[in-house]
Amino acid sequence: MSEARPHTAGAFDIRNVIGVLLSLYGVILLVTRLVYGDEGGENSEGVNANLWAGLALLVVGAAFVVWARWRPVRVPEESTSQEDASHDG
Amino acid sequence: MSVHLLPLAGTIIDADVVDYLIIGLYFAFVLGIGLLARRQVSDSMDFFLSGRSLPAWVTGLAFISANLGAVEIMGMSANGAEFGLPAVHYFWIGAVPAMLFLGVVMMPFYYGSKVRSVPEFMFRRFGTGAHLVNSLSFAVAQLLIAGINLYLLGTIIRALLGWNLTVALVVAAVIVLSYITLGGLSAAIYNEVLQFFVIVAALLPLTLLGLHQVGGWGGLKEQITANAGTGEAAPASDQLSSWPGNALTGFGSDFLSVLGIVLGLGFVLSFGYWTTNFVEVQRAMATHSISAARKTPVIGSFPKIFIPFITILPGMIAAVAVTEIAGTKAGDEVTGGAGGTVDYNDSLIYLMRDLLPNGLLGIAIAGLLAAFMAGMAANISAFNTVLSYDLWERYVVRDRSDDYYLKVGRIATVAAALIAIGTAQLATNFSNIMDYLQTLFGFFNAPLFATFILGMFWKRMTATAGWVGLVAGTLSAVLVAFLSEDAFGSASLGVIGISGQGASFVAAGAAFVVDIVLSVVVSLLTTPKPASELRGLVYSETPREDLVDADEASLPWYQRTLPLASIALALVVALNFAF
Repeated sequence: MSEARPHTAGAFDIRNVIGVLLSLYGVILLVTRLVYGDEGGENSEGVNANLWAGLALLVVGAAFVVWARWRPVRVPEESTSQEDASHDG
Repeated sequence: MSVHLLPLAGTIIDADVVDYLIIGLYFAFVLGIGLLARRQVSDSMDFFLSGRSLPAWVTGLAFISANLGAVEIMGMSANGAEFGLPAVHYFWIGAVPAMLFLGVVMMPFYYGSKVRSVPEFMFRRFGTGAHLVNSLSFAVAQLLIAGINLYLLGTIIRALLGWNLTVALVVAAVIVLSYITLGGLSAAIYNEVLQFFVIVAALLPLTLLGLHQVGGWGGLKEQITANAGTGEAAPASDQLSSWPGNALTGFGSDFLSVLGIVLGLGFVLSFGYWTTNFVEVQRAMATHSISAARKTPVIGSFPKIFIPFITILPGMIAAVAVTEIAGTKAGDEVTGGAGGTVDYNDSLIYLMRDLLPNGLLGIAIAGLLAAFMAGMAANISAFNTVLSYDLWERYVVRDRSDDYYLKVGRIATVAAALIAIGTAQLATNFSNIMDYLQTLFGFFNAPLFATFILGMFWKRMTATAGWVGLVAGTLSAVLVAFLSEDAFGSASLGVIGISGQGASFVAAGAAFVVDIVLSVVVSLLTTPKPASELRGLVYSETPREDLVDADEASLPWYQRTLPLASIALALVVALNFAF
């Protein structure tokens, strides 16, 4: 059950989860804007809502992924052996 | 009664395939986190270890997110639409000072005494009587609030898909049940943090588009002023300045109104809620050090300070920009909304319909659904913890295996969901859900806070005083609510001339005062516990080194509790002067 060396949290790092979901939302909004053309932002008085929100989401999402890469969470070595399986649930 | 499972004509919101894609993606992530958490737990401890080494911003956001449920979002936008700016008191006078107090003063006791739940503290400090009263009232409160969350969840499903309310309630309850059983407690923090960002992604564009629509802050003020004073709407000066908030409290006198907000809402209700609510406190307890535990509510207070700008502000915008809400505010009975007649709780849904294009609409719906489910899931899991361990194990069937109590917990979860469907029907009788909630908090949290704080700082307080104070406090709140004009809707008698949120503040204040007075009187007549049993539970009997973290002094200032709390406090004071 214990790993010999410290390793990063990877996909379980919450920043990656947030980053991927927000980026996907950004992409979907941008595609919606392309497919629907100007209709996509029609509801809101000439503001291109999906375009701007999509870009913002993409930037924020990417920032989370970059942050997770730049400062990965290291699972500390010594505490791995102290744990038992009783945390289940 | 015919049951329609297909979309009906006349839904409030026109969702498109892209919106369903976005909503579906969110649920895929939530369930994915749950499944991964479950698998990881069985073969390694990675998930928990990375969770424990997460920075304090994550636990702080989870702390806020556990509270940022449907009731908060819909209720606060409803308050914004009805009362305008005075609704910010729920944040800047209510939540934030209480959260800072929890982090700075009370958290060391929770952490140092190794108490894991509020009922457990009650048991160790006051024994069986107070514990039983606290566990029972907490369990009942969680069921009622779960019902309100479920009701709101059902209304948005109906607004979205056009299902009838009963079907929507049942489907929503089933979704929440699978969410709890799949995600479990282990995935809760991850989902809460994810939910926070989806909600911001939903509400921030809505607010910005709304401001653009009404011509910015200046345009909003002009339109509120133009509509003020007609029908039910309060005068413009009451809506555009947070103080003295007469329309919110329903008091005629400015002085009493300020007093009601500061003492009733700020001190009794909010301190009662934030410092004794064990769903919240438990988030902080899950951290690795006393320093991180103290910082959790302090860091959470920063986003909390800015949440009114994406909840109350859209409500104010809806009251001038949305035809249906403006009509309601002018005193007309408008057909539509989630409940047949438009009310303030429908503000956000109508604003979304008017302003958001398909795409953004999907994110907004996903954010609302996420908040509704997280809120109800938190209530139900808190309920089943208290029921199976604090009530069933201690009082009904003792000394059985863990598996047995897990099974009890599962049955309690299903039963709670069924009961919530019933309490959801109750919630439909109240036009403003916040009123209903504040009333409930007055019954359960205000006396709890009184007993808690007295018991923590006065070693003479006895076990008998513990339960007597709680019972009498709760009963006096109920009494005041019945005698007021409308705290219990049509059931109130109207003997005392108070109404609206002000009635809740007075009921809570009465509960607090009665609890303190009776506790002191009863304590002086009964025998206190020996001092040796009070270590870690009472301030004067606890060594100072149990209450502070020696390592904290070596951290840079921006990672220490007190400097962060001071900045947050300065911010709310500044905001109170600005608005």
